Amino acid sequence: VIVRLEPRGQPPRWLSPLLTVLAVVVSLLIGAVVLALVGGDPVKAYLHIIDAAFGDVGVLSDTLVKATPLILTGLACALAFRMRLWNIGAEGQFLLGAWGASLVVLAPILPEGTPGIVVIPAMMLAGTLAGAAWGFIPGLLRARLGVNEIITTLMLNYVALAWIQFWVFGPWSEGGFQQTETFPREAWLPRLTDFGERFPVLSGLTTHLGLVFALIATGIVSVVVSRTRWGYEMRLIGDNARAARYAGVDIARYIIVVFTVSGALAGLAGMSEVAGSVHRLQDRISPGYGFTAIIIAYLAHLGPWRVVVASILFGALILAGREIQPSGVPAMIQGIILFCLIIADAFVRYRVVVTRRATAAA
Amino acid sequence: MIDLTLILAAGVASGTILLFATIGEIFAERSGVLNLGVEGMMLMGGVMGFWAVQRFAGPGWLVLTAAVGVAALAGAAMALIHAFLVVTLRANQIVSGLALTIFAGAAGLASYLGNDLNLTGAPADFTFGSLDVLGLGDMPVLGPILFDQNALVYASWLCVVGVGIYLARTRPGLELRAVGEAPAAADAMGIDVSAYRYWHTVVGGAFAGVGGAYFSLAILGQWQTSLTGGAGWIAIALVIFAFWRADLCLVGAYSFGAFSALPLILQGRGWLTEVPSEVFSALPYVMTVVVLVIVSTSFAKRRLGAPAALGVPYVREER
Repeated sequence: VIVRLEPRGQPPRWLSPLLTVLAVVVSLLIGAVVLALVGGDPVKAYLHIIDAAFGDVGVLSDTLVKATPLILTGLACALAFRMRLWNIGAEGQFLLGAWGASLVVLAPILPEGTPGIVVIPAMMLAGTLAGAAWGFIPGLLRARLGVNEIITTLMLNYVALAWIQFWVFGPWSEGGFQQTETFPREAWLPRLTDFGERFPVLSGLTTHLGLVFALIATGIVSVVVSRTRWGYEMRLIGDNARAARYAGVDIARYIIVVFTVSGALAGLAGMSEVAGSVHRLQDRISPGYGFTAIIIAYLAHLGPWRVVVASILFGALILAGREIQPSGVPAMIQGIILFCLIIADAFVRYRVVVTRRATAAA
Repeated sequence: MIDLTLILAAGVASGTILLFATIGEIFAERSGVLNLGVEGMMLMGGVMGFWAVQRFAGPGWLVLTAAVGVAALAGAAMALIHAFLVVTLRANQIVSGLALTIFAGAAGLASYLGNDLNLTGAPADFTFGSLDVLGLGDMPVLGPILFDQNALVYASWLCVVGVGIYLARTRPGLELRAVGEAPAAADAMGIDVSAYRYWHTVVGGAFAGVGGAYFSLAILGQWQTSLTGGAGWIAIALVIFAFWRADLCLVGAYSFGAFSALPLILQGRGWLTEVPSEVFSALPYVMTVVVLVIVSTSFAKRRLGAPAALGVPYVREER
């Protein structure tokens, strides 16, 4: 008996979403086996994740806080991947965005006591620009010189981390610790809890304005990609670069623009994280958001609104996963999810054919 | 002069990490399989090799040999996952390699094993020490650079020569190149494309595993969670730099090794102490980008050396 994979002509529309859901379920099952093998209680661990991520309004709010940077970095990856540009550098662009936002407060660019209505937009601008610059470099190198963007974006992640470390260990260190001082309140994004006095139901909720930025960004990306000429040409390049070239599309320009926008989105994520959640710059500001974003973009099949859904899922995994012992298991489960997703992808494109040896030889 | 000798000797010693990983990646890429999981495979080799040294009993040379074997197996096992996904299931090679690094890498399986097996921080029971086989270690200049290294460095030279001959002068090597350049033609000639891709991906993973073990057993003498710190990615860049040739790996790996050892040596002599250490920690990555830009501008248009079918799954029905 021979088992072969045979290309499907046109896979049915329902197959891909079905297999995606199945892939997530299967990878969570494998994760459960892994947890059991390492001596954990998988049922308890997963119930704990659900409870610790969605159990009440308070933890749901914390989940959304974790999902916020993931939505923006996930969009950054999805946008680049749509054009088959492998931006693995969302992590570094995120860090630069966080740094740019911090620069406004700590340099300080704006004098102390500037009202939030001025500080916050300035931080957004600085963070977005810094992230965009960090995305522009690999974009330019790829478009003009054909330099492999996977390696440049990855290398720039390490450079960005060293850059952050320089500032938080050196000029911006708070009393020798690896973090800056806490930002003044004017540089904090408004949180739900800030309205707790007028609406007691909101007190204690940490969800911040960054989530609104993320959702607005999702809407804009969604409309631009699917409803504009620009988005159409971008998708054309991703699907068939040769056809795009014959159609007269300036591919190099698209590469640079998409990389820059991708970096800007990741930079905004960094800004939203320092201003909305952490309120200071520190070298461990990202638990790998930029890498999780790759999985999110893939899980979402690059669809902007699906990125939001996937981000909430992964926000829950990260939030509750911190308490999953031993360390290393959450990243393993993330890797397994990605493995299962690409396996599911294979079954969308190919059907399994089982034949007897005799017919195969004929 | 003494400084230069010192720098080159350190370059050879620390460049060997990259050398093993780069040779492994060349192996895989020559068959048409791009494996971005090098970082993960190296870390698995590093942690399992270290584990073997701490747990096996016996004379030092035997334990270390066994540890290298364990590390190679660990790297190969990881590569097997990748091979199954990209050869059998024809999955996207970039995504699969990234998944492998996330799964096995600094925050994943390797980190878990390091903690679970209680390996973090403890010094190794045995490490690879320098071995002056030919008695030429006292020779001026060349002695410390070439003849006073550890056994794995000598082994890496054998690997470079062996792989070079294998690729250029043997029948399997020729068939391997055919698989990487024109899998459909190779298939028509009766070459088993899948088998070639499986084997070379897996052996490539074994090399990466040994590279990781070299880091934990010859350079550092202990296990740390983020041991390799991006060396696996630099190795992937070095493959491009070496034009997919084993001999040019030596140049690339040793210059990177020397470059990363340089600041430590200079600072040891009291120079450049006022330069922030972050500048030095960022330098290898900046240099990788710069080198890649130089190589790409002068050669990329002709894709010199790159296997034509690199990254492309082979599907007989779609040819």
